[in-house]
Amino acid sequence: MSVQNLPRFRRPYGIFLRIRFLNGLQYRAAALGGLVTQFFWGGLTICLYAAFYRSDAAAFPMTFPQLVNYIWLQQAFLALFFVWQNDNEIFDCISSGQVAYELCRPWDLYGMWFARNAAHRLSSAALRCVPVLLVAALLPAPYGLTAPASWQAFLCGLLSGVLGFLVVVAFVMLLYIATFYTLSPLGLRIAVSALSEFLSGGLIPLPFLPDGVRQVVNLLPFASMQNAPFLIYSGSVTGPAILSTMALQCFWLGILFLVGRLLMRRTLRRVVVQGG
Amino acid sequence: MFKLYGKFFAIHLRSQMQYKTSFILTVLGQCLTSFGAFLSIYFLFARFHQVEGFVFQEVLLCHAVVLLSFSLAEIVFRGFDTFAGIISRGEFDRFLLEPRSPMFRTLCTRMEFSRLGRLAEAGIVMAYALSTGVVVWNWAKAGVLLLMIVCGTLLFAGLFTVYASFCFFSIQGLEFMNIFTDGGREFGQYPFTVYGRRILRFFTYIIPLACVQYYPLLYLLDRAPSPWYALIPLGALLFLVPSTLFWRLGVRHYKSSGS
Amino acid sequence: MIQLEHIHKSFRVARRSAGMKAALHSFLHREYTTIHALDDLSFTIGDGEIVGYIGPNGAGKSSTIKVMSGILTPDSGTCRINGRIPWRQRIEHVREIGVVFGQRSQLWWDVPVIDSFSLLQSIYSIPDTLYRQNLEELTQLLHLEELLRTPTRQLSLGQRMRCEIAAALLHSPKILFLDEPTIGLDAVSKLAVRSFIRELNQNKGTTVLLTTHDMQDIEALAQRILLIGRGRLLLDGSLQDLRRRFATGRILTLAYEGGALPQLPGIRVLTQEPGHARLALDTTCTSTADAIKSLSQQLSITDIAVEAPTAEEMVVALYKEYQI
Repeated sequence: MSVQNLPRFRRPYGIFLRIRFLNGLQYRAAALGGLVTQFFWGGLTICLYAAFYRSDAAAFPMTFPQLVNYIWLQQAFLALFFVWQNDNEIFDCISSGQVAYELCRPWDLYGMWFARNAAHRLSSAALRCVPVLLVAALLPAPYGLTAPASWQAFLCGLLSGVLGFLVVVAFVMLLYIATFYTLSPLGLRIAVSALSEFLSGGLIPLPFLPDGVRQVVNLLPFASMQNAPFLIYSGSVTGPAILSTMALQCFWLGILFLVGRLLMRRTLRRVVVQGG
Repeated sequence: MFKLYGKFFAIHLRSQMQYKTSFILTVLGQCLTSFGAFLSIYFLFARFHQVEGFVFQEVLLCHAVVLLSFSLAEIVFRGFDTFAGIISRGEFDRFLLEPRSPMFRTLCTRMEFSRLGRLAEAGIVMAYALSTGVVVWNWAKAGVLLLMIVCGTLLFAGLFTVYASFCFFSIQGLEFMNIFTDGGREFGQYPFTVYGRRILRFFTYIIPLACVQYYPLLYLLDRAPSPWYALIPLGALLFLVPSTLFWRLGVRHYKSSGS
Repeated sequence: MIQLEHIHKSFRVARRSAGMKAALHSFLHREYTTIHALDDLSFTIGDGEIVGYIGPNGAGKSSTIKVMSGILTPDSGTCRINGRIPWRQRIEHVREIGVVFGQRSQLWWDVPVIDSFSLLQSIYSIPDTLYRQNLEELTQLLHLEELLRTPTRQLSLGQRMRCEIAAALLHSPKILFLDEPTIGLDAVSKLAVRSFIRELNQNKGTTVLLTTHDMQDIEALAQRILLIGRGRLLLDGSLQDLRRRFATGRILTLAYEGGALPQLPGIRVLTQEPGHARLALDTTCTSTADAIKSLSQQLSITDIAVEAPTAEEMVVALYKEYQI
């Protein structure tokens, strides 16, 4: 599809996605390397949980196959849901003051950066998810990826995945904005990435947290990232809980989006007035 | 050579202190990176109490040893860890123009003091784990603990060197090395026996990370079948032989391809 | 003494193509092309020469410098510099050469220049007395007094280049390779750099090999020029030789009263207005002196200006002739 055929308003966003994807294709060794890493990583993580399962199966907050599904989905969609999987060019562009050029372009900066980050994540996930899912599905039970509990679970998981992905990008937008203000963009990024990795269920799935802590963490925006879709797909969140989970995702998406836009407008006004 | 290293050390320190606030904030940020890993262990043990016969304090000790080794290696051997950038910016050409061994020059070129944050965190966890009285101390055990950390640091340095050597051939597709570097740090928090016999064997004979944690840990906990387990960390140093040879091969390739 | 004989070097590069289809195709099946970066290159440079090494981008200039500095091993051919093979005896060899890459720095960004210098002293194990002597001399000649205490990041490009050159000379190398030393510099800095190189060559007998795109560097410094294109040595001679061969055109601008322009062999009229003309002259047919003589016989000339082509234009003609 050539650029000219795209509807006018979509053009820049579409171009970003296309460039990113083509760029990613150039590096097939990188794709292969990533695949091997994710496969190994997922495998070892599952081995670890298998050991815990052996030590006390009753304490497991979900079934073992559900956990296995969670881990493989996490590895397959790593690029979509982890806060640290970012387009670092934008950070560099803010810290180096290059952002002034971006402001001269005839587009809405929030939308542009949102699209760029999303494109970056989508393109790297597109190359990697299929092989990881495929290989994981071929593994023998109980270590392999299994089909979702029902087609409803699949559809809801998919929808929730889209929401979760948007929540991640909307959250990263706040990180971009914070870069304008902080003295140590790197320190901030490291701290926020570490924190969000834990709170989103990137290190251990949130159901493994003890009572009391879990209920609080579940309400935070981080739980609306990878935690929601993976649990819905694997069937450890079912029934009406699916609806409330997705409602919470929509809520956080709306809040993060609005706050992001508002702060962005204020920040840019400040940048224009003070000249960076 | 030590004098030259000292000089590089001083210049790195002065360079990084130029941006003091940013430096301190980055150190604080680094402090948090491994806190999540600690919390994960804490919460998992709150639920399961033991894994493969290891209790919380014992796993914590393992976690602290590996994390200390990794952060030390990251501070001292950062040049190898970030070698892809050194190659792609053409800095390595510069090293070859100087009358020093390229390996020594790479060692000198980066020292990442902001990783002190991670180191501090690892130190605190270790202090806590030891204070619980999980180990009955004597001088030999103190020596073994030190040996674990030193050999662990050098083993991670060896892994960074392997990564760097790959960079001479291609700087793409090296993500798989993360399995052993970052993966070694993440999965090495638990004694490798937890992951099953085959994985333990892999991390004993191929990438000898288990030599600096599982086996000597058994010695520290008085569970080793033989006192020789105390010296197993030295075996990990054998890894430095192939990694150095691979580095040499890489330099030779670089000089003939010039890319 | 630098001797290169029949140096060959080729690289294999992946072919890249545009478009979604081509990218998908090359993801599965990659094609490579071989590039002959250096193709049977031979030359000799004597001690104390200043040689300008020119050629368009991608001609093989950097590859040559890399071979000569021991960074790159050629596929075949021999290279001896002061009796050593650079890539075999790298450490002994690099003690005797200095290299300045115009686009790459050897100074530490965040610390004062003097700290970088003192680090280089340790790296090259320069004895204290020699170091102090060289530092003093370089500081004076390159006017570094005020720069030494400044962090590199605060220096202007011209100031930084002066420091880079000093850094490359602290260990008193016998040979200096300069890769585009004046790129991006302002006019004053360019002149300072050039005059310093000339003095260095005259006073210390340092051999200098200079790659540049700035022909004024060559005019100001190089007694000899090596032209390289597509990895081959195309020309080896002095600037005067080149002039004689490639700067054969002159532009004559005349103001005159009365008379008609004469027809002369080798003269072409570019523009003509009453009392005013611009003529192109080919000196291989008619010399400039003869042309002026015959013009003044037939016209009453009030003013005349003769322009020779600049070195820049000459190089364009040169590249055109060799199709590089």
